[in-house]
Amino acid sequence: MDLFSAAGYEFILRWIHFLSGITWIGLLYYFNFVQAPFMGEAEAGTKKDVTSKLAPRALWWFRWGAMFTVIAGLLIYFNRMHAAGMEPFFKSSYGVSITIGGIMGLIMWFNVWFIIWPNQKVIIAAAQSDGKGPAVGNRPRVAFLASRTNTMLSIPMLFFMAAASHMTWG
Amino acid sequence: MKNPLDSISGTITAGLVITVVLWLIVDTMM
Repeated sequence: MDLFSAAGYEFILRWIHFLSGITWIGLLYYFNFVQAPFMGEAEAGTKKDVTSKLAPRALWWFRWGAMFTVIAGLLIYFNRMHAAGMEPFFKSSYGVSITIGGIMGLIMWFNVWFIIWPNQKVIIAAAQSDGKGPAVGNRPRVAFLASRTNTMLSIPMLFFMAAASHMTWG
Repeated sequence: MKNPLDSISGTITAGLVITVVLWLIVDTMM
């Protein structure tokens, strides 16, 4: 396969999709499986440091990982749909599986950019200003539930994304 | 009722249940 061909273009997009997807979901699992339980036990000073110094760095890679995963994924999706034709695409095993996985990925991307990050911005600002900043209210709970929702959705999302290339229906 | 998303095991179980339900739906349709 020539890297500078239509197939090569799709391969490069898939490479970007994997790299950014691992960055995104790796950090999602870190937040849910490591950081959240740790914060439940940490001392007040440690919690403040994690929220004001560690979280902003982790969330930068997290949200931009999500962005590039979705951009590369959508470009592959429409490339495949264009090559196959709309109707045959949606009748194929690949088309059905990748559409279901993709919808989940889009919901997760929406949660990152429009629920988790806007709430975390306020939580971080409050921690960085020693409580003199904005009131956080129920923002930690909202961000936590959106993050847990994404962890839950990542399971069927990865199943259907992998099924698209490695499992045939019927 | 306790929210399953409050625990890691509940979150993973919910994810697995959604996977199985969707798999059954697609497998029936295809």
